[in-house]
Amino acid sequence: MLELRNITKRFGNVLANDRVNVVVRTGTIHAIVGENGAGKSTAMRIAYGFYRADEGEILVDGNPHKIHSPHDAIALGIGMVHQHFMLVDTMTVAENIVLGAEPGTAAALDVIGAEKRIRALSDEFRLSIDPGARIEHLSVGQQQRVELLKALYRQARILILDEPTAVLTPQEVDEFFRILRRMRDQGKTVIIITHKLEEVLSISDEVTVMRDGRVVGQRKTAETNAAELARLMVGREVLLRVQKQPATPAEVVLNVCRLSMKSRLSEISFSVRAGEIVGIAGVEGNGQTELIEALAGLIQPSRLGGRVEFQGKDISLLNARERKEMGIAHVPEDRHRRGLLLESSLAENSILGIHYREPAVRRRGGIMLDGTRIRTRAEQVIREFDVRPPDCELPARALSGGNQQKLIIGREFKLPPKLLLVSQPTRGVDIGAIEFIHRKLVALRDSGCAVLLVSAELEEVTALADRLMVIYDGRIVGEVDPAWASKEEIGLMMTGGLRG
Amino acid sequence: MKLIRELTFPLIAIFAAFLVGAIVITAIGDDPIETYSLLIGSALSWPDGIGYTLFYATPLIFTGLAVAVGFRCGLLNIGAEGQLTIAAFATAWAGIFFANSSAWILIPLTCLVAILSGAAWATVPGVLKARFGSHEVINTIMMNFIAAGVASALTQTYFKEPGDAILESGPIGNSAHIPRLGQIMPGIPARLPLNVAFLVALVACALLYVFLWRTKWGYEIRATGANPSAAEYGGISVKKQIVFAMAVSGGLAGMVAINEVLGYRYRYYQGFSPQYGFTGIAVALLGRNHPVGVLLAALFFGALTRGGLFVDIFTEKVSKDLVLILQALVILFVAAEALFRRRLGKNQTQT
Amino acid sequence: MGDLFKFSILFSTIRLATPLLLAALGGLISERSGVINIALEGLMLAGAFTGAVVTHFAGNPWIGLLAGMGAGVFIALIHALACIQFDSDQVVTGTAINILMFGVPTLLSGALFGTTGSTPQIPRANLIPNAPILIAFALVPLVWYVLYRTPFGLRLRAAGENPEAADTAGVSVARIRYSGVLLSGALAAIGGVYLSIGQSSLFTRNMTAGRGFIALAALIFGKWRPVQTMLACLLFGFAEAIAIQMQGVTPYVRVEYIQIIPYVLTMVVLAGFIGASRAPRALGRPYVKE
Repeated sequence: MLELRNITKRFGNVLANDRVNVVVRTGTIHAIVGENGAGKSTAMRIAYGFYRADEGEILVDGNPHKIHSPHDAIALGIGMVHQHFMLVDTMTVAENIVLGAEPGTAAALDVIGAEKRIRALSDEFRLSIDPGARIEHLSVGQQQRVELLKALYRQARILILDEPTAVLTPQEVDEFFRILRRMRDQGKTVIIITHKLEEVLSISDEVTVMRDGRVVGQRKTAETNAAELARLMVGREVLLRVQKQPATPAEVVLNVCRLSMKSRLSEISFSVRAGEIVGIAGVEGNGQTELIEALAGLIQPSRLGGRVEFQGKDISLLNARERKEMGIAHVPEDRHRRGLLLESSLAENSILGIHYREPAVRRRGGIMLDGTRIRTRAEQVIREFDVRPPDCELPARALSGGNQQKLIIGREFKLPPKLLLVSQPTRGVDIGAIEFIHRKLVALRDSGCAVLLVSAELEEVTALADRLMVIYDGRIVGEVDPAWASKEEIGLMMTGGLRG
Repeated sequence: MKLIRELTFPLIAIFAAFLVGAIVITAIGDDPIETYSLLIGSALSWPDGIGYTLFYATPLIFTGLAVAVGFRCGLLNIGAEGQLTIAAFATAWAGIFFANSSAWILIPLTCLVAILSGAAWATVPGVLKARFGSHEVINTIMMNFIAAGVASALTQTYFKEPGDAILESGPIGNSAHIPRLGQIMPGIPARLPLNVAFLVALVACALLYVFLWRTKWGYEIRATGANPSAAEYGGISVKKQIVFAMAVSGGLAGMVAINEVLGYRYRYYQGFSPQYGFTGIAVALLGRNHPVGVLLAALFFGALTRGGLFVDIFTEKVSKDLVLILQALVILFVAAEALFRRRLGKNQTQT
Repeated sequence: MGDLFKFSILFSTIRLATPLLLAALGGLISERSGVINIALEGLMLAGAFTGAVVTHFAGNPWIGLLAGMGAGVFIALIHALACIQFDSDQVVTGTAINILMFGVPTLLSGALFGTTGSTPQIPRANLIPNAPILIAFALVPLVWYVLYRTPFGLRLRAAGENPEAADTAGVSVARIRYSGVLLSGALAAIGGVYLSIGQSSLFTRNMTAGRGFIALAALIFGKWRPVQTMLACLLFGFAEAIAIQMQGVTPYVRVEYIQIIPYVLTMVVLAGFIGASRAPRALGRPYVKE
């Protein structure tokens, strides 16, 4: 039994957990749900000793305990599997598992003994993992099972899993849930942190809902439903589908012919017309990133095979700047890494990519930047795309994720583009901004732009796309009509099970 | 408000460094108050104190700007020392080879040689980084040693005056001499070695500011240093920026030769640089990689150098190496305050 | 004559490689834990100076060796504090320590002996020309074993590749990195001690002449692995040995051109092999807990 009582935690000005109370009963699968930023991960990381709560206490089996580090948590039988795996790629499964609890003496690591024990555990829960394998050679699903083994090796009785299905295909999720049920039946307590309501309903026994750092409800799963959980999560009626008219596509703008990249993309071919949104659905890591970056001109042509045509012209050898000049805009999937200069002002960020020509520069071919015109443009973007706070001298770092994304989208929309490449447009973005961004994307389509949308959120991509393709293992494995296709059908395609 | 915040940390670092320095001075048997008064007093007296302070600051302005530009592009240029050595040699060579030209040609020519040779020397590690990814820290340090060796060898072979025991070249032509400030400005004694190169350094500060923040080239360098992935996304060639930034950096370092060769010794003199290149790192850090900060920091270190000489002569135990130690301490403390900035900055950060 | 030539080159190579190897192994331990150690040069100087001074006063080179190691650990502690406690930029801090060690020995020698950097000559009987060589080469298998076959080595490697993973597993990343940096200080200092009271008989100003940086290059060339690093150090030692031999033989080539060969070689090596050389993934990045 694990209980969090009145847990409060601040990060600077942000109140991540506000008097959080959670009761997890022994031998259950307990889901903690909430949107991004609701505070679920924070609360559990406090339970695991990764953070220290400012106020409140943690009780294990009825007794309060000080958990000041993962060490303490492990000693109490609490194990955690993070969303981003904590594995050392160059070391073996066994080395990763025993790290921190090494068998043998200080002078000699008992690798053989460790491997034996790991193999036994793997067999007990039917995880099929070879202890001698190197992490970098394992698949994502296998790596996750290594993480589970890590916790089990340390005799965890309570397992905390943070967004465990984020990187799994629907089939892998089923297998994963079977393992979880096996563990519960053997007396383990499992806590899942997730934002996927369908999974919560299918696997958990009890569910706690968090919103904005607070617990807003705790239910027995059998006594609730998706609508109630969604309402608790968001606090209002959720508009699940954006309003849009049917598309009126015109001429072909983008034509991709047998695009290939060694071990990443294989013979990708499709086209996008002006005035339509083509969506690409797929589990992350199946080549979407490389596809968009290749189309944006961010991958060296020598690494690519095939051809890319834009408005009838072969652009395969053009670089990012040249493609932008032609009217191809790009909203990158990782806005912190690719899309923004975090320490620079909004004004400077608003000209990233067009900083070398007018209006950023005083006159054609000039070298000097025109501060006034730059500011004007920034203010236009901020106004039209509702970027808050609306101060173009602020560093981009100071904005929330949603506002940062709106800034980037505004910047790209103002080119104006003939083709927009957009990847994961609403990742880490609050609901209000999501609706805004979706409306803007549809408006852009209606103005005659061609849009290629990559998203891991099935809801988003089925709502926005006029045509939907599925990518799996670097290949386009099928195309469906998003208005009619079922989630199961798309899910099967995402695992290569169905060629549509 | 922001300005005060920007100034506070360097001042705290300086204070902390002096505090530790006082402990060191006491430990070796001298009086810190006396030592420090001598240090500061001799640097600020008029006209000699200030005059020499500005003179010692001049090469530090150049190397400080050089390192600062590198930092702005995410590069650590430890090779300013080698770059200025090669520049000094090349400048002296040009001054000797074209000695018979008129000043109107020779002075701009030698200045150009100084800048271009420094830039060229820095471009080598720049290209190695851009093309092969090899770290500029090691390569620039290697280039320092190579520069010292090459300059020494070439001087001995071709440019040494026969019978001259010191490792130096012959004199440059008279028309290559840059006037001392005392010769062209009233009120300044002409015996001070402070020369026009100081004014050039001030102009370099202003130009670098404009370059970095008001031109598209500066934008590209800063973007590359801030976030190479985003810069690439913005169509900027990171490789080209690396080479370009190193070249600019080396060119600035090379301008030390204008002060040394054209304005002071009028020849190449082996070992003329008391670690200007390394001190430039301290100057850039203290000055937060901003031309104004670099200027102030260079003046500070120039004052330290001037004061250090006096301390060396007039105290029993303390030598001018105290200045090196103070410098190192300043760097350590300035680098440490990165922690405090992060802690403060967290209040603003959201994801 | 030819045989003599070969043997003397071999001995020279080993002797010249020894300080490099000691510093490089120190650097290896520090860098495998994730902390860049540019300060090898300064650490060697610390060891060299302290070793010479203490041997002079104590009359015993072994005490000098221990004192030198102590100095190395002390200076390394500054680097460790700055980088691990304060998350300072590791290259900047290392450079600061090098600058510090340009100045401190001279200052102290002035105070102690009235000289500008040199320490008094030490009599032959109090030198240790051979022990450090044995220490250096014996350390290679020892470092290999500790790194790959002990829990300490496992944690060290994890801290350098994925400190978050180590932290989650309950390993104190800070503590491991401190150990790594302090050990590197001790080892590099032994290399310096060898220079002042093993290869020569006194300390002179800046006597390391860039060896700390060459050791770093050897470490990179050796892909951060003990045996390969040893081979790299031997290679650089060999280059230096050849350079010295050539000095007497060819008066038409200036000494300086021969002296710069190791530096040029380092650059060539870095350019040619850095692609295949994979650094510890977390190298140079301070580990900051959110």
